[in-house]
Formats: sequence, C-alpha cells, structure tokens
Amino acid sequence: MSQILCDNLTLSYDNRTVLHGLSFTVEKGDCLCIAGENGTGKSTLMRALLGLKAPTEGTITYGEGLTAKQIGYLPQKTDAQKDFPASVWEVVLSGRMNRHGIFSFYSMNDRAVAEHQLLRLGIGHLKNRSFSELSGGQQQRVLLARALCAASELLLLDEPVAGLDPVATAEFYAILEGLHREGMTILMVSHDLLSSLGTATRVLWLRHDSYALLSPEEFSAQIPTALRGGGVR
Amino acid sequence: MTSFFSALGEMFSLTFMVYALIAGVLVSLCASLLGVTLVLKRYSMIGDGLSHVAFGSLAVATACGFAPLPVSIPIVIVSAFLLLRLSEKGKLKGDALTAMISTGALAIGVMAVSLSTGMNIDIYNYMFGSILTLSKTDVLLSVGLAVLVIPTYVVLYHRIFAITFDGSFARATGIRTALYDTVIAVLTALTIVLGMRFMGTLLISALIVFPPLTAMRVMKSFKGVVILSAILPIVSFVLGLILSYVISTPPGASVVCVSLVLFLIFSLIGRCLHR
Repeated sequence: MSQILCDNLTLSYDNRTVLHGLSFTVEKGDCLCIAGENGTGKSTLMRALLGLKAPTEGTITYGEGLTAKQIGYLPQKTDAQKDFPASVWEVVLSGRMNRHGIFSFYSMNDRAVAEHQLLRLGIGHLKNRSFSELSGGQQQRVLLARALCAASELLLLDEPVAGLDPVATAEFYAILEGLHREGMTILMVSHDLLSSLGTATRVLWLRHDSYALLSPEEFSAQIPTALRGGGVR
Repeated sequence: MTSFFSALGEMFSLTFMVYALIAGVLVSLCASLLGVTLVLKRYSMIGDGLSHVAFGSLAVATACGFAPLPVSIPIVIVSAFLLLRLSEKGKLKGDALTAMISTGALAIGVMAVSLSTGMNIDIYNYMFGSILTLSKTDVLLSVGLAVLVIPTYVVLYHRIFAITFDGSFARATGIRTALYDTVIAVLTALTIVLGMRFMGTLLISALIVFPPLTAMRVMKSFKGVVILSAILPIVSFVLGLILSYVISTPPGASVVCVSLVLFLIFSLIGRCLHR
C-alpha cells in the first residue's frame, strides 16, 4: 500500500474547480515535485493533502500507518501576522507539539531535536531572536526547522525556496537531499524547476485542463515546451 | 502621605472592598490570559461582542423571571463558539459578524427590558459595573473561575501557542485545534459573563485587550507577553480600585483609565528599547 493514495480527486474554491479527476500515489521514500503554472491548483492540492481542505469529489487516503502526527509542513506563508511576539526557539519547538497528548509537556528529547534542527539549518545564533524581526530568508529557515521537528515520515513543502538567495537555495536542496537519503518522503511545490529536479524522483505536472506524472528526465525533456505553455500528452 | 495610607488601611478594612479586590484581580487575570490569544488571533472585538450577548441574555432572563446566570452562560458559550470557530470559514468576515451579533443582542436586551420593568438597577449595574456590591457568592464564583481558567491555561500553554501562532500548521500536523479553540471559547464566555457583573458590559473588553497589547509593546517572545499579561491586570486593578476610592469615581472606569496610562507608559518604553 502507498503512503498517500489520491483517487479521482476534484478540488474547488467557491464552485470554481481548480483540479479535476486527479489520481496518483506517493510511495514511501518518494520525492515528488509538483509543478505547474499559477492557478493550476498546486497549493490547493497541498492543502487538501494536509487535510486543511475537503475534496469536492474523490478521496485522499493515508496508508502504511501514516498519520498527521508524522507530517511536517512548510507553508508558503504563515497565518501569523507581522507583529506576533514569538522567539525563534518558541516557533521551532512548536513543531514537536504534535507528538504530545493533551496533558504532556516538551521533553528533553524534544528540546534536543529542536536544537539539532536549528544547528542543521545554520540558524543556531538566531535562537533567542524575535521571529517577526527576521528577514524573509531567515524566517523561511525557521519555518523549515519547525517542519523538520514535526516530520518523521512525510515532509510537504510549498514553494520552499521562494525568497531565498542562490546560495541559500543550494544549501536548502542539499539539506533536502540528505533528508531524502534518510528515507523521508518529500512532496514539494516549486517554481524553481531546474534546481528542484535534482532531488525529485517524480514530477506531477499540473496544467489547467490536465495533468501528467513524469520522471524528472521526461519532464526535463518537456521543459522547453512547458515554458512555451504547450502540452505534453 | 500618612492620610493616604490611613485611607488605604480604612479602604481594605471594608468587607466589600476586599471582595471587590479578590474578585476583580482574579477575573482580570483570567481575562488577560485568554486575551493574549484573542488579541493575537485578531479577535479583540469578540470580548466586546460577547459582553453584549451576555447583557442581552441577562436582560431577557430577568424580564422572563428566570435566574440570570444559568440562562446567560450557555447562550454566551454558544455565541463564543460561533464567533471564534465559524467566523474563520464563513462567508461573513469575523469583525462584521461580531458587530452584527453585538448590536443585535444589545437591541434585544433593551427591548426585553423596556417591555417588562423599565431600566431598573440590575440592568444599570450590568451595563456599567457594580464591583462594590458583590456578594460572597460572587467572590466564590470568581475563585471558581480562576481555579478553572488558570491551571487550564498553564497546562495547555504550549498548545495555545501552537494554535495561536499558526493554526493551519497545527491542524495539518495533527494537533486537535478544534478542541483547543472550543476550550478557549468556553473559558472566554465564562470569564465574560462573570466579568461583566463587575466591570459592566461597556468595560469588559478592556480587561481582555489592554494587558496583552501593553505587554506586546515591550516583550518580543510569547512567554514574555503571557507573563507580563498576568502581572499587568493585577497592578492596574489594584491601582484603579484605590484611585476610585480616593477620588470617588466608578471603579470599572478607573481601572480602565489606569490600564490606558500603563499602555502609554509601556509604549514609550518599547519605543526606547526597540529603536
């Protein structure tokens, strides 16, 4: 059984269908890159996979014992507003909350994991800074550290390199490849196709009226067509 | 100066002042803790809206001859639930919904009062507060409230941070956000129904918004804001009560004026600190 099974999925906003009849599976250890133009429903699909949006038709099933508590998520933007008083440490540690029931508190292990993720992403020195005062790229790393704290099986990333400079982007993909080698299943939405393809094992290409599941090689061959807005099938 | 302290000594030898102090400090503490979440989730007006719902339901209950609290508490809990949960995904925006429910409930309350008894003293007290006429039962109720709210808040503290900072992330990673939202809604409703008996409908939302907003001027971490929000209402309540005794002004309004002054002082400190 697959980790995620999407069957004949239709998603819509205010009676406007953004995705229609989508079926695909995600196997353990996959790194699936979701590509497509603006408005093809990439972020909507992400929200549906996270259980934040109910499908209009079709089903999404988690398999192999996967539950929401094993998922980490890097949103495109947080719900938190600009002036929210929170330190970097508080934000990163909150990623561990999903391991706890109603009456338990953070353990030493939770703190150690959070500390480890901060160091891994090179933001250890920001630990006591205020989250809202950081630059966009720094905030992105903090949110990734939080996602890594939450994820044990599956990581969903929505535009993870938006707002990162080229050096940070390269570092980011290096981290991602490391996670992938460790067996983490990764789903990511990306505009930055060329660099994300290095990590991807498969590509889900969404278009306005259809979709295609391709290998990275097949997709690379299609990229010139894709950029011209043509079709593949 | 000695006359000031003797006035103070005289003030706290009066039973009703001691009752006012205990009940007031406990209720403001509960309100400001819950207020941190409400303010940060942009629900500041909900306190105001719910206090109007509380007024409306109390007025209707009084007019029909029912006991006020048993009628009012469930109604306000349901309204809190509707405002906090449904305004997130409904077609009506949260602030518009709050304004509608708030004015609607106020109008219903006024209608109920005028059709039955006219503006009697009970209703006046609910509008503008009556902290100096508390009974022993009221004090026990506020102790009960504090025993419910404060330990719950401490136990759920990290979860409250998670759902306040980023509700979508919390929900997506398997935290039961609906449960905690409901807990917050119920506690807020209880705090408001009890709080409005002392502070009055018109001033109860001050108890919710002032301490967190003041704390946010100087504190940049969630923990710092929560801790300072727990200290500030005690200071402003005690000072406000003394002020009202010394210069004979209504206690509710005095407490809010002290809160306002504290807010201005902390804004100034914040500006100097974070330049």
